[in-house]
Order: sequence, then C-alpha cells, then structure tokens
Amino acid sequence: MGILENRFPDNVFFSTADSIINWSRKSALWPETFGIACCAIEMIATGCSRYDLDRFGIVFRPSPRQSDVMVIAGTVTKKFAPVVRRLYDQMPEPRWVIAMGTCAITGGVYNTYAVVQGSELVVPVDVHVPGCPPRPEALMHGFLLLQEKIQKSHVLRRHDPESAMAG
Amino acid sequence: MGVPLYCTKIAKRFGREVEHEGHSHGMHVFAAPPSVVVDLCRFLKDDPELRFNFLSDICGVDRYPQTPRFEVVYHLYSIPLKWRLRIKCRVDDPPRVSSVVGVWKTANWHEREAYDMYGIVFDGHPDLRRIYMWEEFEGYPMRKDFPLRGYKDTYNPFGEEKTETSSSSLSDDQDNNSSQPGEKR
Amino acid sequence: MTDVTVLNEVEKDGGGTQEILLNLGPQHPSTHGVLRLVLELKGEYVARTDPHIGYLHRGTEKLAEDFTYTQIIPLTDRLDYLCPPSTNQAFVIAVEKLLGIEAPERAQYIRVMMTELSRISGHLLIVGALPMDVGAMTVMLYTMREREMVMDLLEMICGARMHTSFCRVGGVREDLPEGFAERIREFCDIFPQRISDYERLVARNRVFLQRTRGIAVITPEDAIDLGLSGPNLRASGVDWDIRRDCPYEIYDRLDFNVIVMEGGDCYDRWKCRIDEMRESTRIIEQCMRDMPEGPFLADEPTVSFPVDKELLKCSMETQIHHFELSAYGFKVPAGEIYSCVEAPKGELGFYIISDGSEKPFRMKVRAPSFVNLQALQGASNMDYLADVVAMLGSIDPVLAEVDK
Repeated sequence: MGILENRFPDNVFFSTADSIINWSRKSALWPETFGIACCAIEMIATGCSRYDLDRFGIVFRPSPRQSDVMVIAGTVTKKFAPVVRRLYDQMPEPRWVIAMGTCAITGGVYNTYAVVQGSELVVPVDVHVPGCPPRPEALMHGFLLLQEKIQKSHVLRRHDPESAMAG
Repeated sequence: MGVPLYCTKIAKRFGREVEHEGHSHGMHVFAAPPSVVVDLCRFLKDDPELRFNFLSDICGVDRYPQTPRFEVVYHLYSIPLKWRLRIKCRVDDPPRVSSVVGVWKTANWHEREAYDMYGIVFDGHPDLRRIYMWEEFEGYPMRKDFPLRGYKDTYNPFGEEKTETSSSSLSDDQDNNSSQPGEKR
Repeated sequence: MTDVTVLNEVEKDGGGTQEILLNLGPQHPSTHGVLRLVLELKGEYVARTDPHIGYLHRGTEKLAEDFTYTQIIPLTDRLDYLCPPSTNQAFVIAVEKLLGIEAPERAQYIRVMMTELSRISGHLLIVGALPMDVGAMTVMLYTMREREMVMDLLEMICGARMHTSFCRVGGVREDLPEGFAERIREFCDIFPQRISDYERLVARNRVFLQRTRGIAVITPEDAIDLGLSGPNLRASGVDWDIRRDCPYEIYDRLDFNVIVMEGGDCYDRWKCRIDEMRESTRIIEQCMRDMPEGPFLADEPTVSFPVDKELLKCSMETQIHHFELSAYGFKVPAGEIYSCVEAPKGELGFYIISDGSEKPFRMKVRAPSFVNLQALQGASNMDYLADVVAMLGSIDPVLAEVDK
C-alpha cells in the first residue's frame, strides 16, 4: 500500500450497494477456456505473455460452472450450436457473452449450409468484437466495454424509468 | 522422359480394363471401373517395383448433369520411388465403389468424407458413417444440386426455401434445426 | 462438459472395474479446439478411441466453388490458422501450375521465408502446448513470447498478425517493407538460443519424460499406412520431406537438414518440431541472404494485379484493370492439378479441377491434420486416459483444417 499505509483514522465509506457489487463483479471476470477457431489463438495470445489478461482480473477457467464470461472465439457451426447453448446454460448467473470475430458475430464469409449466421441466434451477446481475427488489443477493449456495461447495470436497485433517467 | 514403369506394368497386368488417360501437370492419370479399383490399388501397393505405399487423398467429384455423374479420385504416392499418380473411378447414380480400407488404413476417413459430402457408398468399409455433418442431416452438401447456403432454418435465415422437389428428398425435421446434433451419442 | 454413462452394471461379486463411456469434448482445454472423443474406458485404461469431428465444418470446399481464385486465398488462411502463409503458398502454386506461369524469383524467396516463419509460429504453439497438456504450464508462456515476435514480423510484412493472405497468383502482394531485414536478423540471432531454453525447461524433466517417452508409439509401417506426413511421420523414422524430395519454389537451392527421429513416441514428435524450428531459422537466414532484387509479381496482365500504386490513383486503364481482376477474376484453363507442399503439419495438397471459368469446378484440400488425426486409433502403448491427451497434443491437429 506504500504511501497510504497507516495514514488515516478509521473511516466509513459511503457508496451504493449496486456500485460495490458491480465493482466486484467487473473486477474478476472469469472467461471459459473455450476456443473454437482462429480467434481462439488470438484469445490465447491475449492471455499469454505479452498482453497478459490477468492484470484486468480476467483469469481463464476450464469449466463453465466456474466462469461468468463466455468468449465465443470462432465460427459457430450448426453442429456446434447446441453445445454453445448448453455451455451457456451451465454457467451460473450473472453471465455475459462476448462474440469475438466476424464469424461469431454474423457468420462472416462463411454463409454456407453448415454455419450459424451469428451467435445471437444461439445465445444473447453483450459485446461484439469485430475483426478477423480481432487483435488482442481489440479483445481487451471488448472486455473493458463489458466492464463498463456491468458497472452501469442494476443489481439491487429497482429498475424503473425514473431511476434510469437519473442515471 | 519415357513412359514410367508403372504405366507399362499396369497395362500388362490389367490390359484394357484400366485405361491410361494421359499425363497432365506431372501426373499420369488412369481410369478404372469400380470393379477393379481395389485390385489395382493392391497391385500398385504390393508390387516390389512400384511400391505405391502412401495414399495421399481420396476425393469425390460430382459432374452433374453429366453422366456418369460421380468420380472418385485417388492420389497415390510412392515414398521410396517418389512417383505420384492419379486413379479415377467413374460411377453412376446411385454411386457405389468398393472400399480400399483393406489396402491402406488411411482410406477410412477419406471414404467417410466422400460418403458424407457426396453420398458415395463404399462397399466393405468397416464404419461408414457421416463424418462432418451430424447423423440426422439430410442430403449431401457437396453435390452440385445442393444449395451453397443450405435450406432455410432457424440458424440460417439466408438459406434457400425448400421447394417441392427438394422437400421430397429432405424430411421435415430439418426445419427446426434444434435436433441437437452435438448432443447425440 | 464431460458426462459419464455407466454401460454395464458393476458385477455384484465386486473387485471388477466397470466399463464406462467417457465423452471428452467438444469443449475441453486439452482437445485443442472442438474435437470430441468418445472413449471406452475400463477403469483408467482406454479400450477404444472414437474421434468425432465436424464441429468446425464450415463448408470451405463448397464455398470455394462459388469464389474466384483470388477470393479463395483468404479462405485458405482460415484452414490452418496457425500457419496461413504455407496454406496460401500451396494454393497459389497449384493455380500457377494450372495457368502455366511462375512467380518471379524474389516472390518465391519471400513466400518461402514467410512459410518458414509461420512454420516457426505453428511449431511454437505446439511446443508449448504439449507440456501444458501434461502439466507444465511454463513453457507455453515462453513460447508465446517468441511467437509474438513472429507475429510482429508478419504484421510488418502484411499488416495482419495471423491471416496474412499475402500470396497472390503470380507472386506476392507487396514487396518487403523497409527495415525488415534488420528486424528479421535480430530475430534469427535471438531465436536459436531461445529454442535451447525451451529444451532446458522440460526436455530432461522426469515427469515430462515419463508422460511422453515411449507413449503412443507409431511404427514406421503403421505411420505410412495411416497416411501420416510431416513431423509426425518423420518422428517415426520415415525420411520423407516434400521440400527436399520434390522441391518446389526455391527449396532446391537451400541447405537444410530433414529432421528424422526413431522412436515414434510423443517425445520424438515434440523433439522433431523443436529441431525443425532450428532448421527453419537457417532457411530464413539463407533466404534473406540470397534474396535477389527484382519484381515481386509476375508480369502477366491477365492474372496479376497492377503493381504501381501511384498509377492506380491516376490512370483510368489501370483502375479498370484492377477492378476487372477483383470483380470478375481471371480465367484458368481447363484441367486438373494435384499440387502439394510440405506444410508444418505435413503434406498439404490442393486438388483443383478447373472447367475454364473464373471459379474452380472442384477444390479438394488434402488437409494433413485431418489425416494425422486418424493416428489416434492406430497408436500402440496408449493405455491410460492421460496418454490420449499426450498423444493428441503431440500430433498437433488444427481443427479448422481437420474439418475444413
């Protein structure tokens, strides 16, 4: 803690419950180790030495039961779509989905008999990261956007139009 | 460059059954009827002077609307002698060819792929199942009369509408594609 | 998603192990993508392995029949996404042979140099991933560090980290950028030392050796029979490398060793790749040394794009030329070709049937990973469940290439 250590009297901080909960949720996003195609390699690169996702509190978990973000990194085929749905259903709430890459967003160039035209048709997507494949920086930007979205969400506060107007 | 040894040997062994279709882009092409393909492959592999021990590829081709409609193309390679050759086997609809899994084990998946994509049935194959598409999938996607985008369903709204002629060959459960192909054992 | 189904009930008199079916994948970190294995287990012994593929089948071959030859180049990138330049190269060589043209020398040097760079990047991933599969995470973090250097070099050449699409029919898209020679020299100087580092990290580690030495042995006869190629075949002791035995492009002018191992086990397949990276570094050095000056795209107006970018901005004819080539493509004489190269995974062949139009009548990809994956059913001494994971890591399948 350095310069902050032992400098203050006992304090009470005031904040909304929502912002505390959202702050803790967004600071420990655990994505699944779940790669489908080319984008998975960039996802691995994002997690490895140079880009190091760990510093955002983003740690890959092999099991959907332990994770709260799903990065759809690659082409979702019709054969694979039920698996994606099942993995999504296995994740505990709250859960978020990032569609990484053009294939996951719209099917991309693969408008064929075997490919799902956008993972929106299978699971609800929160953040789309375009690119083929997106650079690691783009994926990190996607995660930051997701954090922003989480910070603005309502957990305990009633979701009525007036409070939405108030921000 | 003279005529390679395998050309003369094939002509000697099979006579007019196996036709030599010339030489294109560095590879000799032979056409064999379905009945002799396995014999020809075994001969090429086992002959001590030829030793085509490596099967590179088996490829299905759909020549629709020509007849005979289908072709099965084998690419062989001899690792010790560095020869390559191509064998073509033309078959009619419905296509049936004998399997060469007994000659090369690697033919197993290649033939399953040709079966999956073109519906070419390989007699004597130990395990002829679909390999890419799920078991309930109807139709053979690489055939020329199968639409590139498949048929319209929940996952692909851009697919072609099913017409009367196509729906007679395709069952209705393809419509809602939630037959959960990945979940089947 | 691993679910276990009890097949037979436990025998009442006890003691006997029960047979179970274990479903490994399609989402499992050790299957390197979306492969699904159905394993018949007797206790921890594996009685039968049944790989289920097709979870990434995107219909590339069907799509290629609807694309012009230039449009197919980006599709080939996405087959073996660990080393796109080699797939690009294989495809354009096939089309060039059909057209009867040849790329200029400089372009050939650039292509070979990029292929070898990508061979390094592909091998780096698997050299790190196999130890990770058997429990040593650290190597991966080191190999990815050097992989980023390769990615930087590729990005410098073409602007993309992974999907380069740099080859064109008749040459390459652009010349090498300024300052590239120094950067790649820097890399070649550093890299051999780093390879030794990876080896020092795990090659004498007792756990790693126990998990890989003598595991999943493939005999040379079986390897040929199963159609293995590339490092997987050479690890079994078969001395065959297309780069040396039927040289394409400028490989006949280069001096490199073909790495051949003897054991055919997981360790040898891993070691083979380590040594191949050293040879690739040598090839890159030779390419950069011998690369001649000159054009990078063949002077074939019907096929190759206009080279002069300045002219493209002001000359109407050049613009029309560019537009026609991009919009309609070029016609390829009718014929058939099977052309193969030594990709990092093995023999990568393209069988193209042209009917004389701008689009191929049929394009078949002989994908090395697809064939190599069959070895899962052909290896001996693969008794335990853990050995299957080691085996899978060591044969290095890329599922996009398996499924096409």
